[in-house]
Amino acid sequence: MNIRPILAALRRHRTVTFLVALEIALACAVLCNACFLIAGRIRTMHMVSGIDEKSLAFISLNGYDASRAGELNARVVAGLSSIPGVKTVGIISNLPFAGPSNEGVTTDPSGLRYEYMVSMYAGDAASLRALGLHLVAGRAPSSDDYQPIDTYYPDDSLVLISRSLADHLWPGSDAIGKELWSGKFHYRVVGVVEHLSAGWPEMQAAAGRDWSLFIPVLPGSKLSGTYVVQADPAELPRVFRDVVAAMPKIAPDAVLDHNGSGMVSDLRDRYFDGDRAMIKILLGVILALMLVTALGIVGLASFWVQQRRKQIGIRRAIGATRGDILRYFHTENFLIVTIGIVMGIVLAYALNLIMMRVYEVTLLPLAYLGIGALVLWLLGQLAVLGPALRAAAVPPVVATRSV
Amino acid sequence: MFGYYVDLALRSLKYSKVLTGLMVLAIAVGIGACMTTMTVMHLLSGNPMPGKSEVLFYAQVDGTPASFAFTHRQEPPDMLDYSSAIDLWRAGKGNRQALVVDSPVRLTAPDMKQPALMEMLLSTTADFFTMFDVPFKYGGPWSTEDDLRRSRVAVISADLNDKLYGGVNSVGRIMHLHDADVRIVGVLKPWRPSPLFYDVAGGRHAHGHTADYYSKPEDVFTPFFTGLEINDGNFHQYNCWGAPKVVGHLTDSNCTWIGLWVELDSYAMVARYRAFLAAYAAQQTKMGRLAFAYDTRLRSLMEWLEFNQVVPGDVRLQTWLAISFLVICLCNTIGLLLVKFIRRGGEIGVRRALGAARRHIFMQCLVEAAVIGFLGGIGGFVLTLLGLGLVRRQAVPYADLAHLDAGMFGATFLLAVLVSMLAGTLPAWRASFIAPALQLKTL
Repeated sequence: MNIRPILAALRRHRTVTFLVALEIALACAVLCNACFLIAGRIRTMHMVSGIDEKSLAFISLNGYDASRAGELNARVVAGLSSIPGVKTVGIISNLPFAGPSNEGVTTDPSGLRYEYMVSMYAGDAASLRALGLHLVAGRAPSSDDYQPIDTYYPDDSLVLISRSLADHLWPGSDAIGKELWSGKFHYRVVGVVEHLSAGWPEMQAAAGRDWSLFIPVLPGSKLSGTYVVQADPAELPRVFRDVVAAMPKIAPDAVLDHNGSGMVSDLRDRYFDGDRAMIKILLGVILALMLVTALGIVGLASFWVQQRRKQIGIRRAIGATRGDILRYFHTENFLIVTIGIVMGIVLAYALNLIMMRVYEVTLLPLAYLGIGALVLWLLGQLAVLGPALRAAAVPPVVATRSV
Repeated sequence: MFGYYVDLALRSLKYSKVLTGLMVLAIAVGIGACMTTMTVMHLLSGNPMPGKSEVLFYAQVDGTPASFAFTHRQEPPDMLDYSSAIDLWRAGKGNRQALVVDSPVRLTAPDMKQPALMEMLLSTTADFFTMFDVPFKYGGPWSTEDDLRRSRVAVISADLNDKLYGGVNSVGRIMHLHDADVRIVGVLKPWRPSPLFYDVAGGRHAHGHTADYYSKPEDVFTPFFTGLEINDGNFHQYNCWGAPKVVGHLTDSNCTWIGLWVELDSYAMVARYRAFLAAYAAQQTKMGRLAFAYDTRLRSLMEWLEFNQVVPGDVRLQTWLAISFLVICLCNTIGLLLVKFIRRGGEIGVRRALGAARRHIFMQCLVEAAVIGFLGGIGGFVLTLLGLGLVRRQAVPYADLAHLDAGMFGATFLLAVLVSMLAGTLPAWRASFIAPALQLKTL
């Protein structure tokens, strides 16, 4: 198809052509970045916690007397274990998506630097069994490694560390046997697990969402009130309901924290509520954007068809087929959209650069530009189809009439 | 003349219903999206204490112990250590001053036969209520004597009064907080500062996840030292140099965990208080307790909110999205208006031939654009209400705040008309240059 007559026609409508191209450029920029943001949120939502989420629930108790915490632990563990369907009850300070538990750690024995914010999980042997962490190096703590605590953690402990933290602290070398400090607390790595995500990942920078330590401890007054319950995934909802119902009888002196307790799958859902809402909003914006752009194209193309009725009639009279007319408008639209996309790519990167300064986003991958361009080309062709069909229906006889 | 132009505009709009519909729809959607996010932004970035925020200040002294002098700091920690907080409060150098620290507390109302609740307890000093204009329904605040005597008294929120006592006057009743009996001396009216400014701290480390700053105020308030005494063991540190010896007991720890607000009524007072903070830090450094004498701050309420970047990152992102969407709608409207005016070249030609000046044509076209904008504004207003309805259904702490106030209602129409007139300028200008002779020939 010869595009020179089309270009000649467009040159006569520079302003309108430029406006449509600009609209498409803006749409392209927003579309690419919105898709990229959606992909980022979806990636975040698929974060691997490393624990066996489907079969675990977390119970958090408040308001009990700290001096009777040891006895409370015993009552809760015995009480919950007797509920049918409960496989294991462990005592653990926190779980992924249950709440923040960050602490600064350092690899510097003098403790001068605290560069790494790490999520801490202090738990007993039963809790470690229930979590179902996947060990990739070293060994799990043996029964002698579980120690009592009188403040926060034992003074010296052998810990499990998540792989991404190990790789970050000691790149390229074996993490087993390496040491970490946090104030007076000293940790030695005994094993590396594939994943163990932070208790409240958004509190960590993007790279550190899987930086965690598991510290083996014996339950006591300083590790109490927070429990992990393991059950068969199919039975877990029923088991969790029973646990909540039984709690006032098992621990009448404590208050169940309804917001902080739940099946881990529910805690996870609640944690990602904001991301889900944002994805919906972004999708809404993309849809509205495409609708408005398509309406703009329809309006403009209809006007051009109406304006050129006579020329179309003449072309038809001197031998152009309906297909030729149809192709003319489609090609014209393709050209305008292409101009828009070229401008849009520049805009998309400009927008991306601005967002990189404010939000935790990376450089826009080329693929998104490809997707954006493809969508807009398709949208343009679809939007122009109606007006183009009307143009193709103009009978040749129009040429002989004065309009 | 204006009335005539409006009449012409309405006629012309009726003449091409589809094109008009498209333009009104585009403006309505753009305005709806924009005003929804702008309203949320306006609510979240607003001043929680209008008229009073200029005299409220957040005082900061760097609590880093002298033994940690090797750690380099650019900013003091967002909260105070116990000694500094108490010293500064006791000095009483401001017109008013309030210490604040919150902690979860177990609460029972013995005469109401309800299961125990976990509520947030704000331990603060008497000036808190007068400084922040907290409205009382029944009773009133406690006195400074109560602060010093550690009186077992409490003020409760309207919500909690509804929940425990069905909203009746509960002043004088006894509540059980942790293990202690406290007497209710005041019940608040519903009070919802947005953000909950006096609890804001640590925003610059939140990576934009700051929605929690818009939570409701605490439900129970007790005198500062009373709260520390009865809820001992349940306090959370903001930051520590070394773990506290007893978990949740922070008065003798190397931790920062208390906020101090001061009211300073004049510039002279502010200058004096700055000097006082500096002198205090210098003296404590000399005594060998603190490490960084130079590291004091006195930020006004709005400066403190800005420093903490309280508006959530997602809300800012949504606003930018909506604005770029409105720009796209604007482009769309410009294109369609251009089409519309050029299509009416004949009519414009006749008017010009009959003696209308260019500026008359320009004005006529602009009025037509404004009418379209006004119609779009109506649609945008409906969509804004719908959008805010969606925001209210979101699971965010600020959901209950999302309402359209009179200012934003007016802003909706103003923005719609402005946007459409902006969109109309270029097409109207082009239309005013249509040559009459050429158009008349084609008629």
